[in-house]
Amino acid sequence: MHLAHYLGLLHRAQLNLADAFRQVAAAHGDEPDLEHLCEQQARVCDRHAERLEPFARRYSEQVPDEPDRLHSELFRGTRTGGLGLLRDLQDLYLMAAECDICWAIVGQAANGARDRDLLEVVTRCETETAVQLKWLRTRMRQAAPQALVVAR
Amino acid sequence: MVDRVADPWGARTPYRQGGCWPDRVDVQLADGLSPRDVDRWVQSASVLHSNGDAMDIAVKDGRIAGVRGRAVDRVNHGRLDPKDLYGWQANNSPDRLTRPLVREHGRLVPTDWDTAMGRIVQRSKQLLDDPGGWGRFGFYTSGQLFLEEYYALAVIGKAGLGTPHMDGNTRLCTATAAAALKASFGTDGQPGSYTDVDHCDAIALWGHNVAETQTVLWTRMLDRRHGAEPPAMLAVDPRTTPVAREADLHLAVRAGTNLALLNGLLREIIRRGWYDERYVAAHTVGFDDLAAVVDAYPPDRVAAVCDVPAGDIERAAELLGTSRRLLSTVLQGFYQSNQATAAACQVNNLHLLRGMIGRRGAGLYQMNGQPTAQNTRETGADGDLPGLRNWDNPAHIRELARLWNVDEMTIPHWAPPTHAMQIWRYAEQGSIELLWISATNPAVSLPDLARVRRILGRDELFVVVQDLFLTETAELADVVLPSATWGEKLGTFTNADRTVHLSEKAVDPPGAARADLDIFLDYARRMDFRDRDGGPLIEWTGPQEVFEAWKRCSAGRPCDYTGITYERLRGGSGIQWPCTDDAPDGTERLYTDGVFNTDPDYCETYGHDLSTGAEFTADEYRAREPAGRAFLHAAGYQPSPEVPGEEYPMLLTTGRSVYHFHTRTKTGRTPELAAAAPEPWVELNPADADRLGIADGDPVQVSSPRGTIRVPARVGGIRPGVVFVPFHYGYFDIDPGKRTPRAANELTATAWDPVSKQPIFKVTAVRVAPLEPGE
Repeated sequence: MHLAHYLGLLHRAQLNLADAFRQVAAAHGDEPDLEHLCEQQARVCDRHAERLEPFARRYSEQVPDEPDRLHSELFRGTRTGGLGLLRDLQDLYLMAAECDICWAIVGQAANGARDRDLLEVVTRCETETAVQLKWLRTRMRQAAPQALVVAR
Repeated sequence: MVDRVADPWGARTPYRQGGCWPDRVDVQLADGLSPRDVDRWVQSASVLHSNGDAMDIAVKDGRIAGVRGRAVDRVNHGRLDPKDLYGWQANNSPDRLTRPLVREHGRLVPTDWDTAMGRIVQRSKQLLDDPGGWGRFGFYTSGQLFLEEYYALAVIGKAGLGTPHMDGNTRLCTATAAAALKASFGTDGQPGSYTDVDHCDAIALWGHNVAETQTVLWTRMLDRRHGAEPPAMLAVDPRTTPVAREADLHLAVRAGTNLALLNGLLREIIRRGWYDERYVAAHTVGFDDLAAVVDAYPPDRVAAVCDVPAGDIERAAELLGTSRRLLSTVLQGFYQSNQATAAACQVNNLHLLRGMIGRRGAGLYQMNGQPTAQNTRETGADGDLPGLRNWDNPAHIRELARLWNVDEMTIPHWAPPTHAMQIWRYAEQGSIELLWISATNPAVSLPDLARVRRILGRDELFVVVQDLFLTETAELADVVLPSATWGEKLGTFTNADRTVHLSEKAVDPPGAARADLDIFLDYARRMDFRDRDGGPLIEWTGPQEVFEAWKRCSAGRPCDYTGITYERLRGGSGIQWPCTDDAPDGTERLYTDGVFNTDPDYCETYGHDLSTGAEFTADEYRAREPAGRAFLHAAGYQPSPEVPGEEYPMLLTTGRSVYHFHTRTKTGRTPELAAAAPEPWVELNPADADRLGIADGDPVQVSSPRGTIRVPARVGGIRPGVVFVPFHYGYFDIDPGKRTPRAANELTATAWDPVSKQPIFKVTAVRVAPLEPGE
């Protein structure tokens, strides 16, 4: 049973994303919508991690050691300026995408494990991750022409 | 005669449910002038609030000399707001701008039109020369111009320059109304009619101090309350407004908690079976989700969040749930507050759940704050496309491209048109290099004024201001263009219940001042915008031609004007759109058949997630299969971006006074109105005043993380923990050397609703302290 690895991966990914949202909020405080919404989404990620934790603990008793190269690192700090903002949002998007696919995989495993409780958590949280992706995409689409074509 | 400053609503003319509101013709003429002396009466309507009260302008010796309400009009039956009775005097104010001004060596100096327009055109062409030139233009217009002016501006921006950066100050006043209407019903467009006041048996006022914002509408409500079978009344407002005092039930909620309240009320309505199951099943989408979300808001929880008694929440639900003809009206207490769109949508939900829409008395007003805000939205001079079209629908863009004969690529549609707050952000960052401001005064009306002044003062930003007076904003401009105003130009405009009025030219503008339309058309000519065949893009020379062009643009859309002509608007009452061959007298109510504008090919938006503003795609929208049904949206309550803490323990809310409009550009120059409310104040609850050692009239200091103002205290009229400062006051009437901070927006934060992008003016954390004498 290797589910625990993915639960751990997802748990870590949610914490990393929460942290990245907070860093972007702090770095781009001049973009008033971003500061507030990034803080808000960081709290969503915190909640996801909390909900995952009991499952991570439960399944971790049944596994061998974690394999190498499981965790990926996408975010290496914030940037400045319009272009920097776009790149930071893109990093957040990729991190949220990682969470998104992890939810899908963990959801499948929850089905296999006949774990209704875990499935319920996945169903609830993956919708919120989908909203994060959608919001980041919306915001980047809006910002891209001005940052890439207009700004000198 | 009644002193309408002392009594803003005038004498009662009571009437019963289903009756006809009696006429009452209000007249005000210049001192010593009798109606016999008037040379001419010229038809118009009000531009000093959003009600759309029809009036005639009195002309004596080539000057405006008074006003008279039009008894024939469906909106006001002859009545006028005190601002209209006196405000016309501002037209004759001696400090009107009469010549263009340009900045020379740091100072604004008078010049001629050729020089002023030449500078704008030269700068424009320079900016267009580089790739992405379209993105260096920003237009910030108003809710106070005429329809024809907005449409001309929209075509200049969207088909001439091809910039998405165009919005109005309507973003501050009515963006949430539009967003909520689109979200629930598919497109913008007020479902109700003012005549719903005549038929309703309950009126709910959601953050709407109608007694001060639209006095004539309030008069209609008061007349019902004084007649037989009066409607019940519910007020939701942190302040004890005249509306709250009149209401049978007043919920003085903590600022920023509207959504929690509405979720709680809808929970009661659903649990107690006060909703119309058949209507919901046949005409809505999303009931199960809504029921699940609101179920988490029992009265005790809502009472704790909103700080109102749980019993009052249950009573309010009963008032709403047992009424048979419910009228709701929503305004800035919701629109400028936390979770604005979500809360406004919940009022839509209330009416959908109860099947209270599209029939007499069962009305819903998502109100406007300004007289012509509806036109800003319809024509696309704000963050919308003309004719309430969907920027994300390629077929809608093709229609516009055909109409204007331009390449589809010219029309910005890769993202929603840029909202005002983002336009200002681009100007701050420097990617917008020319900002053209018409008929509004952001240096007083936007949040965080220190920041706004900083942006306007940037050397790299070329600022054009088009106005009647040297406003606080104009003082910072590079070019100032003197405009004609109401009574000095011809055009149409549309009020909050879709009534279109004609406003005739009564007198010539002062000096070299020009109609805003003429200024825009002059710019278009000088810029020589071309269509895709090389012909001139804009050939209009006057308002009637633009109106006819607009009719073609509006054809087949919800705001269809094709049945309206200037001639038809002359003499009689205003006409409600849509007005077509099928509905030649206009349309009193929308959605009478329960079929909404949600068809994917027709709708104005594919929708948003209410908590983040994330956009849904066409495919996602189609998957919900709305098929003419309305959307029941739901969202959980979340605290506002700014909440009280140790350093700033109280909440500031801002709003209007009955005597003033916008930034007092006109009302501050009207002797009676200026004297009625000459300076700003801060309203405090007696318990808070006591604790802080503040007595009525004491000078106090109100501070937020953005700034500090000094104003006298008024004790009373507001719930504990919340203070109120009127937002009208700036600095134009104070000698520059003697100005001390007093504008409410020195304090407010740059934050906005994720969907409507309307700034959150009504939830600012502040600290209040007494000022020592001499401080």
